[in-house]
Amino acid sequence: MEATELNNEYESRPNMSKSKWTEIWEKIVEIIFFLSACMAIVSIAIITFFIFIKGVPAIAEIGLFDFIFKTDWYPEAEILGIGAMIVASIYATLGSIIIGVPIGLLTAVFIAELAPDWMIKIIKPAVELLAGIPSVVYGFFGLVIIVPIIDRTFGGGGNGLLAAIIILSFMILPTIINISVTALKAVPREYKEGSLAMGASHIQTIFKVMIPAAKSGIFAAIILGIGRAIGETMAVILVAGNSIQIPFSILDRVRPMTAHIALEMSYAAPGLHENSLFATGVILFIFIMILNIVLNFITSKVGE
Amino acid sequence: MSLFRKSRILVLALVVLLAFGALVGCSKGEETNNDVQDENNSQEENNNDNSNDSATGTVEIAGSTSVQPVAEAIAEAFMDKNSGVKVNIQGIGSSAGVKAAHNKTADIGTASRNLKTEEEGWGLTKHIIAYDGIAVVVHPSNGAIEDLTKEQVSKIFEGEITNWSEVGGNDAEIIVVSREAGSGTRGAFEEIMELEKEVDGKKVSAVTRDAIIAEGNGTVRQNVAQKENAIGYLSLAYLNDTVKPVEIDGTAPTVENILADKYPVSRPFLMLTNGDVTPEVQAYLDFVFSEEGQAKVAEEGAIPVK
Repeated sequence: MEATELNNEYESRPNMSKSKWTEIWEKIVEIIFFLSACMAIVSIAIITFFIFIKGVPAIAEIGLFDFIFKTDWYPEAEILGIGAMIVASIYATLGSIIIGVPIGLLTAVFIAELAPDWMIKIIKPAVELLAGIPSVVYGFFGLVIIVPIIDRTFGGGGNGLLAAIIILSFMILPTIINISVTALKAVPREYKEGSLAMGASHIQTIFKVMIPAAKSGIFAAIILGIGRAIGETMAVILVAGNSIQIPFSILDRVRPMTAHIALEMSYAAPGLHENSLFATGVILFIFIMILNIVLNFITSKVGE
Repeated sequence: MSLFRKSRILVLALVVLLAFGALVGCSKGEETNNDVQDENNSQEENNNDNSNDSATGTVEIAGSTSVQPVAEAIAEAFMDKNSGVKVNIQGIGSSAGVKAAHNKTADIGTASRNLKTEEEGWGLTKHIIAYDGIAVVVHPSNGAIEDLTKEQVSKIFEGEITNWSEVGGNDAEIIVVSREAGSGTRGAFEEIMELEKEVDGKKVSAVTRDAIIAEGNGTVRQNVAQKENAIGYLSLAYLNDTVKPVEIDGTAPTVENILADKYPVSRPFLMLTNGDVTPEVQAYLDFVFSEEGQAKVAEEGAIPVK
């Protein structure tokens, strides 16, 4: 706005048509912005519509209860229950949060508060690079490094829940670190100065003042981390073992929902088998929507 | 002010870019549409022509992903010789391929397994174009295991035998590696090894649920090559030094043994047609069984029938 006014003053005063041109121009640009914004809405609408139109009839045919809670998956006999996959997704995500959040949060505190400048210059680009590595590369790394290590340490082949959790915790680190750093840096200086002035140590200040003050941002970081972990596919396919069973040990092989869809989609015969994979997508979609609602709730309530 | 100017230029550039992109996008879309239409038109024309004679037109092939590379290699050589014919090949899986031949959505359906009794009843014409062996493989360091019986393999994959010591190996837990549901290799392996059981009166796979499911022959090999106690199965064409094939009932998985019908875990590559075929489909099938076509079969790692 300021720029426009300036422009009007200096350039357009001797020439009215120029300001008109500017106005029209502004309108055009506004419309372009509007159209760009529409693209996002239209694509989410189309995707949602498509998944639901393919998936919901399948759920209706199988029965919601059977589909979600049954753990038998024999597509050749149209016995389709994704209970084991749902459990696998939840376990893998929970596990990666348990490992990833403390590491990510402490790294964020270190970057925002403790690290000297030269160190930040190394850590920050490293974290950004971590975010840019394609997931298939994470998966390959997991398959050739992590899986054999687990195999040698615990036996049992190495593919499984533990391998998936380790890879996922790497993958959610950048999300958690970046958002937490932003949240910690947004805490008003006065809070910190006040705490230090009252005689609290730096570490005390961080844990008693800074982190509580930044908690809405940190929660957001965790929720987005969960979203990344539950939606990850390629890396998980390579390391999780993909057996359709409910895991009873952290070394058991699992097949999360994303891996399940990707594995069977290429071979699924059109019909109930294929549609049940879309239905798995619907369940995944509902998980993500719940996460987003929780995220909105947290950022609007806890932040106050 | 200069800032504003700059940003204006930037926005302008953006708009031009967008507009250009939209234009290109649209025109491209139209082009492809036209192409498709043209193709359809020419197809119709050709189909009309074809009722007379001469090999021009299209051959639609759909089915097994294992047969696909073979069919494609043959199709390429075939199209070089018969420029008037276009061969389209889709990999949709064996079961879908048999169905495609049955309801005539494809001129030729392909399958990398024997027909099931139900499918036999559909009256399709069966052409065996090649054979493929499925090798059961273990880690090269698994020295004690050289030979397994069909029954032992079957029990291992069912999860009844879970320790190598039960079949004369070390005292170590067996790690079973299998393929994803719908894979032709898995289908053929389960059929030959009788890895089927009944749930609710329907036949389903009996492979242990604890099995690692690997996507594709290559990933199976990778998994077995990495795990000392693993066992898996893969198409003969994928065998290399990183894994060790075991003999089944005393027979090694070799081309000679499969052709002599000694090695039990082999499967045919089928091309299926339904009723009378058009001249171009017949021309393609003839080419498949020609010397050149069978040479292509061997080139792709399958076993020629002639």
